[in-house]
Amino acid sequence: MSRTVAETRASAANPSVIARLLRRPLALAGLIVICVTVLAAVFAPWLVPFDPYEQFFEGLTIEGAPLPPNAQFWFGTDLVGRDLFSRLVYGARTSLVIGVVANGIAVIIGSLIGITAGYFRGWTDTVLMRFTDLMMAFPALLLAIVLAAIFTPSLWIVAMVIAMVNWVQIARVVYTEARSLSERDFVMAERAMGAGAGRILFRHILPHLLSTIIVWATLGIATTVLLEATLSFLGIGVQPPTPSWGNIIFENQTYFTSAPWLVFIPGAAILALALAFNLVGDALRDILDPTQQGRH
Amino acid sequence: MAAYIIRRLIQTALILLGISFVTFILLYLVPADPARQIAGRSATAETVENIREQLGLNLPFYEQYLRYLASLLQGDFGRSYLQKTEVSTLIAARLPASLLLMAGAIACELAFGLAMGIVAALRRGSHTDNALMITSFIGVSAPQFVIGILLLYVFAVKLGWFPIGGYGTFVHLVLPSVTLGFLGAGWYSRMMRSSLIDVLRQDYVRTARATGLSRAKVLFRHAMPNAILPIVAMIGIDIGLFMSGIVVVESVFGWPGIGQLAWQAIQRVDIPIIMGVTLVSACAIVLGNLLADLVTPLIDPRIKLR
Repeated sequence: MSRTVAETRASAANPSVIARLLRRPLALAGLIVICVTVLAAVFAPWLVPFDPYEQFFEGLTIEGAPLPPNAQFWFGTDLVGRDLFSRLVYGARTSLVIGVVANGIAVIIGSLIGITAGYFRGWTDTVLMRFTDLMMAFPALLLAIVLAAIFTPSLWIVAMVIAMVNWVQIARVVYTEARSLSERDFVMAERAMGAGAGRILFRHILPHLLSTIIVWATLGIATTVLLEATLSFLGIGVQPPTPSWGNIIFENQTYFTSAPWLVFIPGAAILALALAFNLVGDALRDILDPTQQGRH
Repeated sequence: MAAYIIRRLIQTALILLGISFVTFILLYLVPADPARQIAGRSATAETVENIREQLGLNLPFYEQYLRYLASLLQGDFGRSYLQKTEVSTLIAARLPASLLLMAGAIACELAFGLAMGIVAALRRGSHTDNALMITSFIGVSAPQFVIGILLLYVFAVKLGWFPIGGYGTFVHLVLPSVTLGFLGAGWYSRMMRSSLIDVLRQDYVRTARATGLSRAKVLFRHAMPNAILPIVAMIGIDIGLFMSGIVVVESVFGWPGIGQLAWQAIQRVDIPIIMGVTLVSACAIVLGNLLADLVTPLIDPRIKLR
């Protein structure tokens, strides 16, 4: 923990972190899954064989049942004859946009609250951290459900709802570290030299916290992806016809006995993406946090 | 000790007060007009106004909150907009099923989580260890509704070992418990592993081994009591995971608990029920944390309460 600012900066931007990440097979596998998903999301319009919103006449059997995976529709079709593969690729956009936006907002709110409470102490600390404790007492999913019920859900509202639920944990972690950093001699020295709070917070304390924030931001994307999928599965997340991995399952779950691919293929996609971010986040924690070394 | 307990109880009471305030604000923000919803579509403006008066919706903000708080203290969570029943009655009727499900889930996650963690710690660095830790990662990354539907598909539809859904006997309990406990088992196994590895490194364990005690005896009599401590503190946090999880698991399996109640309320935008379940869950989480804090020093005399 006793690293200088320069060292921390170096390790956060150091190519060797990425090199060390690539040397771990699990983290490498996670990175590959993330890259594939990002590419699929970015290039979705050029990748998909069909329009994800079009209901194909030949996408259903004579009896009107969805088609299992075949040569024309690679992952089969859904209950109204839309191509599942195309919907899945477009669904990656939803998952990633929400994962990045919602988690980004959560990380910013959480870091600001944690760092402010940790540095200023006194009543600022008490008010902010008691509020954080209070929000921790609410089960994340239920709070998200209440918020989603209050606002009519859209992609951005879902992202906001998730951000408002997920900042709590990162605030706790950042707070603990910021508090111990504020006690250190170099902060005292800065203060003695007359540096303002803004300068100390952002030039001296924040750089030390970067590695912690990076780790929790990565792990947080996994949580966010799962929460979005769960909200969409319950029907209060991203609304159909916009495809999301969660709402594809929501739309088709009643037929899972006769059309299992409609549940398990999107389910596998959610699992793979969440697992990938968890694996990379865990490896980053090992690499960036020296106190954790030797425990794995 | 007594001073600590009293301070902790006061803190808990303050948090519960905060919870009631947050719930109230959320209720206050809901755009739908409860008076209109209760009166029905064909009601006259006068009837709606009467109901508003009755519910105290014309009172200033803080007076409304005090009324809300007073009714909460009397166990009155309001009335469902659509079922016209007391929310507290609905929740009380559903709570036993949810508690049963949570008990089943705790049993599952302790059984799977501890066993996986112990084996991984003892075989540290081996292929078994790696395989178990990947499994635990999958456990914490898998969406619960997919696990639930997968278990249903394999064990109920294809193999026919368990019923597809419903409630009543032990066989009905198995699949929902495993689904709800899957996530926790992942966390427990990772914690158990790192905690046991730390303990096994300590001198007293080596001494115990050197006196000629068997491996099993050292593990279960000497190492485990220390290694299990962090797990006890986890159970408080667990309740939070469960409270989110039961909404999903109960809706997948048709389990008649408060999660299903909340899920049905979501479909009909029946806000009082959703708020009631949220309130009950938040209280359960706060009390769970309090219990974990109070129980830990009883197990570990080294922890001094201040």
